[in-house]
Amino acid sequence: MKSTCGDKVLVSGHRACPGCGAILALKHALNALGKNIIVHVATSCMEVSIMGGGVFPKGEYPLTCPSLHTAFETGGAVVSGMDAGLKALGKREGVTLVAIAGDGGTADIGLQTLSGAAERGHDFIYICYDNEAYMNTGNQRSGTTMPFASTTTTPVGQKKRGEQHIQGRLRKDMPAIMAAHGIPYIATASIAYPADLTKKVKKAASIHGPRYIHIHSPCATGWGFPESKTIEMARLAVQTGAWVLFEIENGELTVTQKVAQRKPVKDYLLVQRRFKHITDPEIAQIQELVDKKWKELGLQ
Amino acid sequence: MSKPYWTKENFPITPNIRNPAGSLAFKCGQWRSVRPVLDEKKCTKCGICVLHCPDDAIAKNEKGEIEINYDYCKGCGICENECPVKALKMIIEVAEK
Amino acid sequence: MNTRKLMSGNRAIAEAVKLSEVNVVSAYPITPATSIVEYLSEFIARGELAAEFVQAESEFGAMSACIGASSVGARVFTATCSQGLALMHELNYVAAGLRLPIVMAVTNRQLSQPLGMWCDHSDAMGERDSGWMQIYVESCQEAFDTVIQAFKLAETKEVLLPIMVCLDGFILSHTSEPVEIPEQKEIRDFLPAYKPDADYHTLLDVKKPLAAGGGCPPAFTMEFDYKKYDAQEKGREMLRKIDEEFGDAFGRRYGLVEAYKCDDADAILVAMGTIVGTAKDVADKLRSEKGWRVGVLKLRSYRPFPKEEVLKAACGSKAVAVVSRAISYGLGAPVFSDVATAMYNAPEKPVLLNFIAGMGGRDVDKKGLAAVFEKTIKAAETGKIENEVEWVGLNKNLVGG
Repeated sequence: MKSTCGDKVLVSGHRACPGCGAILALKHALNALGKNIIVHVATSCMEVSIMGGGVFPKGEYPLTCPSLHTAFETGGAVVSGMDAGLKALGKREGVTLVAIAGDGGTADIGLQTLSGAAERGHDFIYICYDNEAYMNTGNQRSGTTMPFASTTTTPVGQKKRGEQHIQGRLRKDMPAIMAAHGIPYIATASIAYPADLTKKVKKAASIHGPRYIHIHSPCATGWGFPESKTIEMARLAVQTGAWVLFEIENGELTVTQKVAQRKPVKDYLLVQRRFKHITDPEIAQIQELVDKKWKELGLQ
Repeated sequence: MSKPYWTKENFPITPNIRNPAGSLAFKCGQWRSVRPVLDEKKCTKCGICVLHCPDDAIAKNEKGEIEINYDYCKGCGICENECPVKALKMIIEVAEK
Repeated sequence: MNTRKLMSGNRAIAEAVKLSEVNVVSAYPITPATSIVEYLSEFIARGELAAEFVQAESEFGAMSACIGASSVGARVFTATCSQGLALMHELNYVAAGLRLPIVMAVTNRQLSQPLGMWCDHSDAMGERDSGWMQIYVESCQEAFDTVIQAFKLAETKEVLLPIMVCLDGFILSHTSEPVEIPEQKEIRDFLPAYKPDADYHTLLDVKKPLAAGGGCPPAFTMEFDYKKYDAQEKGREMLRKIDEEFGDAFGRRYGLVEAYKCDDADAILVAMGTIVGTAKDVADKLRSEKGWRVGVLKLRSYRPFPKEEVLKAACGSKAVAVVSRAISYGLGAPVFSDVATAMYNAPEKPVLLNFIAGMGGRDVDKKGLAAVFEKTIKAAETGKIENEVEWVGLNKNLVGG
């Protein structure tokens, strides 16, 4: 059977891991946006999958839209420049600018340029795919790594047991940070809920100004679960409340995927190798943080 | 549409890639050690496998039937895991004779 | 009708950027470069310059925005120095590697620590090997003219490299001199609009999708580096040509170097930036008062380094003093190293003296330069140098043997 591109922005033949959650996030988001986009990809798993060193010689590029990679921290600033450049040249109409980065490239090193672009109100969509660590370099902790998670820079030993920076929340709260900028649209999404994700991306596409979408993208390679269970893991995150699906439109928050009876977060943690060391008190601490987040959102 | 190796005449000034969808020439299906097999009798054509395939290796044809593109299937097994009627089964790859 | 006005180096730069009809400016404030972008902001606010201004949140944001804008086909400008230039360092290599013709004004200022606002060339020296071209100007008029030449040179298809126009911080950036400003039409005739080619340039166009800035395997990296290297080699010839054309159009030409009274000189002083002006005055005085045959060689184009012009102007003399306004710790001084490299294989070469001067805004005065000439004339006579490195105007009450 021959594969044709049709209207797809992301096509087959990319170099992402088998069962990769991040490439699924991009598949849904970019195909929802269509081909009239210019993308900046920050240094990350996805940058390597799309235009890593192996891609150049034979041109095995998996997108049908133009893309640029500059460095790790630059996403917000580059799309700001593209926005200004296209506007100055009278070519701004009909092109959507998209900045893509991982959790590290967004919450840590990329925070400054994203904040600047959001504060200045440039016209772009920012997509953060969150696999909760620096996966491109082999699983080092980032600002969105969950408490007690084992990563290569937060390994488990007698003195230290995984990620220790907790400060009363599960992870650095990027949606809240973006909300503080007053941008018109913010959403969280998950690859296990592709209809919800696609709807949010299409809604973002219909709005002007800075739009931020944060997509939960479990990583089988880094978190330690069978690659066939990527979608299942993402679903479990939502069903236990560890990941909440909501959108903030002009400052008003709506939860888009209600969970009637939350499963205990233990069900989500114990099936991942990064949490295999976790003790009951540690699980209880995480459960408390999940409950706290739900209470903050006005849910049960 | 695979680009030939470069010559002095056409070697570019940067490693920019001017080949949209050029990855279709890369048959990443070589990576797999297990492959999905579809039981057409069980399949309800719901399309969930199409939605969740990270490699776009499953699609519905013009008749709405599910077809697997083994050129690109990396054998991750998400389709088998997500199929609501267990119509897909991962089997060990065997060498072609 | 040309206008002739008294203005600072920074104002001259801003006027030139306005007349170059840039599309995007993205910058961050830093002393003493700030007023360049303040003037540009005023021009935009008054409707005199139809450009978009991206108020960067840092200098790496500024250079990233410049890269973004240039990659969609805009003519782009920024200005910075010192800490800001250092903060752009990572992106400078990216801009050069993507072959984007960005023009940047650098009001040379020392790099912290010690912290200070004042002039030396250490900031631009840190970017010497990045692939950016560097031109050092001596006057406000030259600052204006060089910006126009810089856009044309950077955008030349055979070159396509970003370029820094360097002017001494405060000494030139904030000093007013008369500057002749041509009409917009004349500038536009000399410098037409930037028209990148989607099949050649790094140009992001939904109609011709390309992936730019991706990885490159070891099998090809050196070849791309070679292309950049070759581009600067071609840039040398292109700059000569563009400078000649500029001279024909506007009556002023500068060359890659200026050899001032070097033809019969026994001793020549090599320098960049405003030190050159003072040195020329001192040379004139020494010639008339002491009868010494001394000359000054101004390096205007620093990258690409003007090897041929340097050899032609200086190899005939007996001793050459290279005055660097920067230091290469652990070795000596960068401009000396570059001149020595250029001369190494020459059949006839002068004695070379290594001088460090003007660090952290230390005034390089006539007395100091006269002492440099004196040492150089002595070396011309004896064929020997006294010290590996000499520091001009160093306070020997505090340091040194």
